[in-house]
Amino acid sequence: MKKSQLTQNSRLSLPSMQTERLSLYYGKKAAFTDVTMPIYSGKITALIGPSGCGKTSFLSCLNRLTDLIPHTKVVGSIRLDAVEILNNRVDAIALRRRVGTIFQKPNPFPFSIWKNLAFPLKEHGIKKREQLDRLIETTLQDVGLWSEVKDRLHTSALFLSGGQKQRLCIARALVLQPEVLLLDEPCSALDPISSGVVEDLIASLRGRYTVVIVTHNLAQARRIGDYAALFWVRAEVGRLIEYGTVEQIFTAPQQDLTAAYVNGIRG
Amino acid sequence: MTLFNNKNLSPSQSDLVLLWILRGFALLTGIIVVLITAFLLLEALPVLQQVGWLRFVSDPSWHPVQGFYNLMPMLWGSLLVTLGAVILAAPLGIGSAIFCQYYAPPFFSGFYRQLINLLAGIPSVVYGFWGLVVLVPLIGKLQPPGTSLLAGIAILTLMILPTIALTAEASFSEVPTEYFQGAAALGISRWATIRSVVLPATKSGLFTGLILGTGRAIGETMAVLMVCGNVVQTPTSIFDPIRTLTANIALEMAYATGNHRSALFVSGLLLMVAIAILVAVAEGMSRRNIYG
Ligand SMILES: Nc1ncnc2c1ncn2[C@@H]1O[C@H](COP(=O)(O)OP(=O)(O)OP(=O)(O)O)[C@@H](O)[C@H]1O
Ligand SMILES: [Mg+2]
Repeated sequence: MKKSQLTQNSRLSLPSMQTERLSLYYGKKAAFTDVTMPIYSGKITALIGPSGCGKTSFLSCLNRLTDLIPHTKVVGSIRLDAVEILNNRVDAIALRRRVGTIFQKPNPFPFSIWKNLAFPLKEHGIKKREQLDRLIETTLQDVGLWSEVKDRLHTSALFLSGGQKQRLCIARALVLQPEVLLLDEPCSALDPISSGVVEDLIASLRGRYTVVIVTHNLAQARRIGDYAALFWVRAEVGRLIEYGTVEQIFTAPQQDLTAAYVNGIRG
Repeated sequence: MTLFNNKNLSPSQSDLVLLWILRGFALLTGIIVVLITAFLLLEALPVLQQVGWLRFVSDPSWHPVQGFYNLMPMLWGSLLVTLGAVILAAPLGIGSAIFCQYYAPPFFSGFYRQLINLLAGIPSVVYGFWGLVVLVPLIGKLQPPGTSLLAGIAILTLMILPTIALTAEASFSEVPTEYFQGAAALGISRWATIRSVVLPATKSGLFTGLILGTGRAIGETMAVLMVCGNVVQTPTSIFDPIRTLTANIALEMAYATGNHRSALFVSGLLLMVAIAILVAVAEGMSRRNIYG
């Protein structure tokens, strides 16, 4: 009953992004091949799979961070709102404002907390002090950091705790009001408590942002994901094994491999 | 008998020995600097006592044999030639380091790095010789005589360029790539990242390079002596010949006696003071934090 409801929902809401037979090559070596997958608007899509199966690589294709790595080749198609982003005429810098990334290791700039958020805003044309202050405050409130840092906005962000740094990085991405947020194992460098806080924060983004999250924590994928995609290495190449709603993947997987993985038998 | 039989919590013997050896080295270096300064002071003392500090600033000219000791034109010479060289070499060196590190294709930056290393290894007398044979006649065509402040600045720029470029590159290579990744993921252009993240983060390293370059320029003797013309005068244009404090010492040391010799040590002291002030300023600048 619930399952069919979800499938119906997904048929109704349009994908925000859609990859079509997407492959990525590092030099001659393929990281993953032939991934066809929708990423639904306002939903959280969890990417799961063992180490080295190409989750990070897949994520970095979605906002063309792969452009920065020499000798990479991306084949296939990625559409964002029906626009082909692998097209050379698409400006990668403009794309990355709309599709933000959070990395596994929190990487705030060596600036004050305030400037960490003001810098991207200024670079994208917002220069008025009151406007900056307002946007920064609301965003910090959004990620639950405001009460913790409001008295030290102008001290170095490098002195924050790991969890606070990661939330600052999420704030830094959110302040640009992206449509899609890509998170690459955002909790794996954090202690359980901070991890819980960040996880709740990500769950709260549902509906307002389209979220793609890579996680090794299956319980987490199940808790916060709407959709899940299992990647696996076959013949040294990453493959999308199964895609579906979280319900489907965790309770009624189509593939034996998926069943084995989600039940902790393999992986 | 356990594997690790050292159960007491005292620091290891070899660490203690090493610590004392290192302390010894540090002390030795300090003592050498103090000794050199003391020696300079001692040698400069006779003339300082006889004629006083003020005369080195207020005398009508530098005719030490006749008892006139004005060092100001040469101090100006040293400062101007150094300032000119640093002003030219800093953007060139830092700019080329940015280009090599962040924009150039690898084969090009490798080639350029070799070139800079080569430039760093050329002895100063060769620079001077090249300047004298090639540069000075060129400047002479523009405005005679050719030996000039400009020639000195040009040669010194070439000489300190490698120092500044190499230290800048070393500082850039220490900037974590996460900053670049993070900035790229926010849709921030490479130049904006360099301007707003890399340069502030490497400020102290860049300053160190500038100070090393400045020190080398102000202390350089042979090359400036060969191309600057060595006329004792305060320059009014970049085409005027000048004499630097270092060139003054080198030119007159051989025959100076008595107060004249002592006055040359005052030139040396003056150089040391200039460099000390420079280092202090640089320290102050690099301590200012970048947050805010
Ligand atoms: N910059 C690179 N150059 C060459 N090969 C790479 C590069 N980055 C990743 N790879 C390779 O591509 C494959 C997929 O790597 P990727 O980092 O995407 O895996 P992952 O699923 O994110 O793994 P993990 O869970 O450990 O983070 C691996 O075989 C990896 O060695
Ligand atoms: Mg990864």
